[in-house]
Amino acid sequence: MVENRRFLNILAHLVLILGVAFVAFPVYIALIASTHGQNDFLSGVIPLLPGHDTIRNYSAMMTQGLASSGAPPLWLMLGNSLIMALSISIGKIAISIISAFAIVYFRFPGRMIAFWLIFVTLMLPVEVRILPTYKVVAELGMLNTYAGLTVPLIASATATFLFRQVFLTIPEELMEAARIDGAGPMKFFWDILLPLSRTNIAALFVILFIYGWNQYLWPLLVTTGTDHYTIVLGIKRMADIADQQPEWNFIMSTVVLAMVPPVLVVIFMQRLFVKGLIETEK
Amino acid sequence: MSTKRNTFRHRTLPYLLIAPQLVVTLVFFMWPAAQAVIQSFQQEDAFGLSTTWVGFQNYQALFADPDYLNALKVTVVFTLGVTAMSLGLALLLALAVDRMVKSATVYTTLLVWPYAVAPAVSGVMWWFMFNPTIGIFPYLLRMVGYDWNHGLHGTDAMILVVLAASWNQISYNFLFFVAGLQSIPASLREAAAIDGAGPAKRFWTITLPLLSPTTFFLLVVNFVYAMFNTFATIHATTQGGPAGSTNILVYKVFNDGFIGLNLGSSSAQSVVLLFIVIALTVVQFAWVERRVQY
Repeated sequence: MVENRRFLNILAHLVLILGVAFVAFPVYIALIASTHGQNDFLSGVIPLLPGHDTIRNYSAMMTQGLASSGAPPLWLMLGNSLIMALSISIGKIAISIISAFAIVYFRFPGRMIAFWLIFVTLMLPVEVRILPTYKVVAELGMLNTYAGLTVPLIASATATFLFRQVFLTIPEELMEAARIDGAGPMKFFWDILLPLSRTNIAALFVILFIYGWNQYLWPLLVTTGTDHYTIVLGIKRMADIADQQPEWNFIMSTVVLAMVPPVLVVIFMQRLFVKGLIETEK
Repeated sequence: MSTKRNTFRHRTLPYLLIAPQLVVTLVFFMWPAAQAVIQSFQQEDAFGLSTTWVGFQNYQALFADPDYLNALKVTVVFTLGVTAMSLGLALLLALAVDRMVKSATVYTTLLVWPYAVAPAVSGVMWWFMFNPTIGIFPYLLRMVGYDWNHGLHGTDAMILVVLAASWNQISYNFLFFVAGLQSIPASLREAAAIDGAGPAKRFWTITLPLLSPTTFFLLVVNFVYAMFNTFATIHATTQGGPAGSTNILVYKVFNDGFIGLNLGSSSAQSVVLLFIVIALTVVQFAWVERRVQY
């Protein structure tokens, strides 16, 4: 800030308060809706103040799900989402860090080709190869399995580049010292590289956890039975009843529960989140 | 390509290390993408029993198809709408936060979390708020005499999906704009202020030009986001309707291939999308190279 202008300061606060209101309003409406009974949504306008059915809505969704639209109990879908988010984030980090290690610390025939193959995956999002990828997964018998949900998503050019960048900034002397002391490549990796990239791993984990939790198109293709539904996908199934009023109170309690884990991760690990976001776009 | 001056010598280890990444890449990325390219030149008969080589016929049919041309037009409108709205609001909020001394971190925390909300989830929330019978916004709009119905009016549906998709993206743009603003040396603005330039003049002649690398980068990222990552927003809300008015390209590929089972056309559409991604990636990386130099 260059000079102190009262009018501009007030204006800035006003803009920010309106901005916060804009981002918070949909969530407020969802929270309020999840505290009301079914009858409050039949006519008039959606409620703006809390109701009395909070416990009933959430406990019904957690234990029974929504039978009318074939949605399983929420704890099951939350568990699936957690499994998916964790396997994708850990899987991506694991295979990317070892391939970056190979690319930076070894010289071997085919190194450039491998690097470019990984790079090209940036240009092949699921959206442009929906059907053939589905076919591959189907032929491998991976439909409706956790492996099918996660393995095809764990290749990552961004994570590999990030770790390559990190390794390139690590001083040569560390490796030379380790070699003089008789450490082999894997010992060097475990005892020096891994501890040195700890914060990068944590920052990347935050970003990838959100990425994995919020997957939509892929679970939509790969799961046909309800036992592998993720919560984000489950919401859609509930809202999707053709000839019937959607049960908004139940849908909105699911919406709230689907938001809570990733939003908490961002709020409590904000510094790592911002670091991860900015690093992965370099 | 750079590596360490000294490297480890080992014959098999590097291959073992890189194998998992390469296997996943080849099996789930390269092979399916190659299949899509091949199938885009083929036609399958109605029973899926035989395929014939048809050259560029699928592409010709595609660009003669009014539905596809409509999807192209819808995608352009949607992408520009999402980009303009999320970039504009994010820049405004970033400029406001940049003035704050004590409350900047609090406001930042309150503004960044929508990034963590799944596009499908935000889609359902906006869908609910705009529900024509019980939604809060149609209720308010009725008071001023506007009959909102995204199930019937294409424009209403487009506004709805643009709002839902922008809502998710604002926090991302906001963080990058804040970082961009902080990297502009305060001395430049102070010098301009001493020379008598007011806040508006300083914004147009100093802040905005120096922010242009960030803006350009965000422009590309937002194009990619609006074109490829908003499938969930569309699928969870309008499903391309009414009458194709929100049928963006990625939704159409899914619909024609997965629901309509039109293999040839869907593959041709995939290949068109592939070229769009390649073009955007090249632009993005060309920019990164340039930025590193100065």
